[in-house]
Amino acid sequence: MKDTPLSNCERDFLLRAIQEKKRLDGRQTYDYRKIKITFGTDYGCCFVDLGKTRVMAQVSCELVAPKENRPNEGIMFFNIELSPMASPAFEQGRQSELSVKLNRQLERCLRNSKCIDTESLCVVSGEKVWQIRVDVHLLNHDGNLMDAASIAAISALCHFRRPDVSIQGDEVTVYSQEERDPIPLSIYHMPISVSFSFFQQGTYLLVDPCEREERVMDGLLMIAMNKHREICSIQSSGGIMLLKDQVMRCSKIASVKVSEITELIGKALENDKKARKAGGRCGFAESIPLERITALKMEETPMEMMDVTERANDIVQKAEVPPQMVPSQVVPVPGVGQVGQGLQNTWGLEEEEEEGEEEENESEGSDNSAEEQEGKVSQMEEGKYEKEQLKAGDVVEISDSEEEEVVILHPETRDQAPKNTESSLRQKGAASIKKRQ
Amino acid sequence: MAADSVSGVCHPYIRHRFLLHAAMLSTLKQRVGEVLLPGDEFCCDGDDTISLTEPVRPEKLLCGPGLRRSGDRLLVCKSGILRHKQPNVFWMDCQQRRYVPAKGETVIGIVTVKSGDVFKVDFGGSEQASLSYLAFEGATKRNRPNVQVGDLVFAQFIVANKDMEPELACIGSSGRANGMGVFGGGGLLFRVSLGLIRRLLSPHSEVRSDLEQLFPCELVVGMNGRLWVRSSSVHQTLVIANLLQSCETMTPLQRRELFMRVKQGAL
Repeated sequence: MKDTPLSNCERDFLLRAIQEKKRLDGRQTYDYRKIKITFGTDYGCCFVDLGKTRVMAQVSCELVAPKENRPNEGIMFFNIELSPMASPAFEQGRQSELSVKLNRQLERCLRNSKCIDTESLCVVSGEKVWQIRVDVHLLNHDGNLMDAASIAAISALCHFRRPDVSIQGDEVTVYSQEERDPIPLSIYHMPISVSFSFFQQGTYLLVDPCEREERVMDGLLMIAMNKHREICSIQSSGGIMLLKDQVMRCSKIASVKVSEITELIGKALENDKKARKAGGRCGFAESIPLERITALKMEETPMEMMDVTERANDIVQKAEVPPQMVPSQVVPVPGVGQVGQGLQNTWGLEEEEEEGEEEENESEGSDNSAEEQEGKVSQMEEGKYEKEQLKAGDVVEISDSEEEEVVILHPETRDQAPKNTESSLRQKGAASIKKRQ
Repeated sequence: MAADSVSGVCHPYIRHRFLLHAAMLSTLKQRVGEVLLPGDEFCCDGDDTISLTEPVRPEKLLCGPGLRRSGDRLLVCKSGILRHKQPNVFWMDCQQRRYVPAKGETVIGIVTVKSGDVFKVDFGGSEQASLSYLAFEGATKRNRPNVQVGDLVFAQFIVANKDMEPELACIGSSGRANGMGVFGGGGLLFRVSLGLIRRLLSPHSEVRSDLEQLFPCELVVGMNGRLWVRSSSVHQTLVIANLLQSCETMTPLQRRELFMRVKQGAL
């Protein structure tokens, strides 16, 4: 489908506005649009928004045989896709002039500047090297595709992690993400391209042209630079004549812009690293603002809390003095002494005291109140039942063995027995509560 | 050409007309202003209580865009808000940016090809419309209109259906221009959503009345989502264009605040 033609009225207006140093969206001559960089859930996935222009870059890697003339170096492969969703002028499948031009520019900017250490990508010299593939997809075209693509590509490369490899003699082991942490690529510097558009045969200059401005421009100058003020690539298209001092001025502006953008990329990478470390959810889905109609809400169950404090005080007063810490008499398996049981339950033996403890817990978490009440009730019943049974023996044995003889290591008072049963019951009760939840 | 082309009523084109039960009309009236989704339907139940004493008068209902009749049910086929106009017109107010041509609607087009007797005009649809050179006021075979490639024209559709190529004309049925024709120089053309266009064209538009208090300007509203603005200076034209583009996503309160700030000279 053809793109909307540019009317004479628009062209005249834009040129007049540029002569008066006004831009369509109110920016100044050297201003960039708002840049937003977000990363996806996978390592190596990056989205860049330059105003309304939207670009996605994805980096992936593969082990391949190296090129014959460079057996020690890894391979870098770049690809820019002009998706039809970006503009009605882009057609699927057809290699348009613009696509060839953008591909060539990105390759020159990233490959020829040697920003990535390709020798570190070598695994077995002459046999296996890593091939790093950068795919850039254009999602929306509102001007200045080259800048957005270069920012996305270099951010994605900085974000990417390749699998760890170890070599033992002849054996090469590639570890998956779960086995060993993937390692980042070694990047020397970050080349970023800055575009300048010229109007009226070079009289007027604009940085970061939007789509309308690109349509009426005479020529375009693209300078790729890194923050150390090293020029990685310069390209001039449109056939306009540029003076030496114009180019020098552009390169000075470019160095300022590049340092700002590099800082922005650094911050975005930092934020992403922090988010991943904190275990928080990161990625594309999280960076889109949430628009919910209803959120999942659970009603708080109403609870009878009127006389909790009185009952609790009551129970505490009526309770006996808690027993001293002694090793338990509970023998899990006959013949085995118990070494340690951890902290003793100092609340006491009776179920009422446990009930008091449970109620105190309930006042904190109301969601589980229903379940805990249930658990508590059944526990009380269990407790009563067990207590009747326990009146018989001194020592409690939690085992299915049929041995009669039990060796008592420390002669204890009778009081201990039900207490320990209670604690085990409480554990059982807690387990059942957990199951119900 | 006359610049004041903000023509009157935004009229939803009529699709179906059918007789229905008074009960259905009342259910429809109840749901005016609600958000409805495709799949919602209004059916005329056979066993609705019919009063035996009152005479049962079948009432005519006019369905506008977004509503479709299927048997004796009324189906919603576009998501949006149900609107009503007295006495019996109902339609779905939907938000979209893509324009589908309809007969009688006035649009702003860009002339792309000038071949022989016919101009090809791009209006933002799937194909280009044709505009005959005789469809201008006062045009004869000897006296051709002064239209170049790349000019803007304000025209209305005389043929617009899915089976034929759309045709435009800059002339009304009486032979007079009524504000249509080629644009003069200057001004800025930009795109907005169709919803904002309809809001601007409705009879007592708040957006328009707010805009009137700002700067004097000329505004042409094309129903294909294109707006043309011209004001006394480039700066004012840009301000108005940006204000209108931001009106789409603002509540009336925010919009009034913004316009107030602009009037006081913030921009």
